[in-house]
Amino acid sequence: MKKYFAFFRLRFSMGLQYRAAALAGIITQFVWGTMEILMFRAFYHADANAFPMTFQAVSSYVWMQQAFLTLFMAWMMENDIFSAIVDGNIAYELCRPIDIYNMWFSRSLATRLSKAVLRCMPILLAALFFPAPYGLMLPVSLPAFLLFFLTLFLGTGVTVAFCMLVYMACFFTISSAGVRMVAVSVVEFFSGAVIPLPFFPDKIRRIMEILPFASMQNVPLRIYSGDLTGSAMGQAVALQLFWLFALTGIGKLLNALAMKKITVQGG
Amino acid sequence: MITMQHVRKTYKVSKRDAGFSSAFKALFHKEYEYIHALDDVSFTICDGEMVGYIGPNGAGKSSTIKILSGILTPEEGTCLINGLIPWKNRIEHVKNIGVVFGQRSQLWWDVPVMDSFELLKEIYKISTPSYNHNLEQLTDMLNLSELLKTPVRQLSLGQRMRCEIAASLLHDPKILFLDEPTIGLDAVSKLAVRDFILKLNKEKNTTVILTTHDMQDIEALTNRIILIGKGSILLDGTIDDIRKDYDSTEEALAAFYRSHNI
Amino acid sequence: MKLYGKYFMIHFKSTMEYKTSFLLSCIGQFLVSFNVFLGVYFMFQRFSKVEGFTYNEVLLCFGITLMEFSLAESFARGFDMFPNIVNKGEFDRIMVRPRNEILQVLGSRIEFSRIGRILQAVVMFVYGFTVSDVHWNVQKIAAVLFMLIGGTVVFGGIFLIYASICFFTLEGLEFMNIFTDGAREYGKYPVCIYGKRILQLSTFVIPYALIQYYPLLYLLDRGKSYYILLPLIACLFIIPCLLLWKLGVRHYKSCGS
Repeated sequence: MKKYFAFFRLRFSMGLQYRAAALAGIITQFVWGTMEILMFRAFYHADANAFPMTFQAVSSYVWMQQAFLTLFMAWMMENDIFSAIVDGNIAYELCRPIDIYNMWFSRSLATRLSKAVLRCMPILLAALFFPAPYGLMLPVSLPAFLLFFLTLFLGTGVTVAFCMLVYMACFFTISSAGVRMVAVSVVEFFSGAVIPLPFFPDKIRRIMEILPFASMQNVPLRIYSGDLTGSAMGQAVALQLFWLFALTGIGKLLNALAMKKITVQGG
Repeated sequence: MITMQHVRKTYKVSKRDAGFSSAFKALFHKEYEYIHALDDVSFTICDGEMVGYIGPNGAGKSSTIKILSGILTPEEGTCLINGLIPWKNRIEHVKNIGVVFGQRSQLWWDVPVMDSFELLKEIYKISTPSYNHNLEQLTDMLNLSELLKTPVRQLSLGQRMRCEIAASLLHDPKILFLDEPTIGLDAVSKLAVRDFILKLNKEKNTTVILTTHDMQDIEALTNRIILIGKGSILLDGTIDDIRKDYDSTEEALAAFYRSHNI
Repeated sequence: MKLYGKYFMIHFKSTMEYKTSFLLSCIGQFLVSFNVFLGVYFMFQRFSKVEGFTYNEVLLCFGITLMEFSLAESFARGFDMFPNIVNKGEFDRIMVRPRNEILQVLGSRIEFSRIGRILQAVVMFVYGFTVSDVHWNVQKIAAVLFMLIGGTVVFGGIFLIYASICFFTLEGLEFMNIFTDGAREYGKYPVCIYGKRILQLSTFVIPYALIQYYPLLYLLDRGKSYYILLPLIACLFIIPCLLLWKLGVRHYKSCGS
């Protein structure tokens, strides 16, 4: 456990080093958030009755999404890992007395967390000061806020576990770029990164909510904005736990298969 | 004729100690250091001369080559190569020079060498007769006939270096800059490269400026060496000036570096 | 121009060395921007109009914007990848060759898999084209053509700014995404839906509206007749971009040894 923590620390301080990148990221996400909200505003003006959430909830959803973007964006995968798999540098990693899956998992988690820590505060603070329906609302209650945090972590876990599947898939394909692009598109769409899930027609939404992708950003963001409450909320958290275990399990299985393939075929 | 006078080039780099807390500190406050890559450098090189430009890592060798080839603009000083200022008359100037970076490739990785050469013909606007003539000559001298139809990724390092050198000479430059041309090569390839450079200098009277860490390159190729350390020229003379009583040039050079604390 | 043709051929040959990978990337590119379309589609399942624009009209707008962007991206990929070019020291090589740097950078990367994206833009465009009630005539076809030219130049200019900044710093380039990917992403809707301020910004500062919103109004018979020429005026945007580039080249530091 200690060595994985060491990896985590190394990555985390590497992430902190890029100050200019963080500043640029904050500005970018701020603008994206603003544009997103302006777009929703136009639709709200067009037909307020067709809006599935309150406008305030949508604004909060968008700001939280931007603040914690680095936790959930599927395209933020580790390029080093891809190139290690493709050009065979993975041999070095295999020489170390550690489990590849755990190492990469802690590493990805650290990258995402370090970036999020740097970026979330300024965005959240600024968003709090935005005028009423456009800004970030304060959490509804303390328990809801704590639950938001819990699901935020679970959601990050599910995202990383899914990315691990993508890395593992690269051991078995020739074009990692292709796999990656398709995986990213699917995650973006089904997780509610393109438009929040409540905006989908009910039938489609019900199916989407069961998929692992809904356990990523959808759950924490909707809990915070007060859109997900009561028994639906309990169900969502349970699903998150289920997917976290299921995806890690599949990932470890694929990992074992990949290692076998490497050692048998010699890379 | 190459003249360089009182050239100065400074870089700004950020510094940071290792560790978690300093990583965090650097978030809010960054310290910078100024490094004098070149500090008042002057020399003159005549046409047809072969010069070894040596010095430890980070001494300013590459910076000099980059200024001479028009890549970098120095803060101070003048530099005149055949009547042109490299960074001001870049396009005119680089028509007359060839550059080989030993650690980088200018050939296209996935296509046969010949395709890269054809592209260079276009880039340098070489007329077809002189292109054919040069290609023939270079193929002959560097023994490339077997290699030209092979994709670059399938060549060995030695084969690739021979092609790289040919690529830099297709337009018949008057000056050739070689930045560590023998790095990583096996003994046979090294000898082939050295032989070729000697022949080139003799037959075409090409000026050659060579940076290397391999003292055998220097011994085989040049009479004159310019030794640079920490951005200043420490010696401009012949290999014998530092050789003195040491058994090998390598040892002599190491002793020289130590005595100058570089 | 002949040189660019040569570059084009050599890239084509390189790409063809890896046919499967090329095909997969094309499909990937096609799918990636498909998400944006689906987003628009599902929004219009709920809403019938936004700021007076119908679904079909938005599709037309999205198709054109995407095509402008993809064209610029295919040609100016070298600028998009410029941090890489600087990092790997490839720019040194460019500097020691007796040709214009911009042409060489353009030639150093040509991405054929963007065909996937262009193809998708064409599909969107043709679909928006057929279902919209635009009464096509010669002027309107010219307007679309101008939009494509102006759009490619404006996006090209933005890529050029991005690359010029690389001469000064390689850190924090992420914010330029606002103007590249962001412009593509938010260009799916006519600029006016984002409000007056954004419309002003994208009229006078970075001329997005000149290549998208105003000529679109012209196509839909809602604009003044001089709107047809605005995309060509937008091309002037390239001038300050070129100046910045010139400044950057002088400032070039090269890297390592």
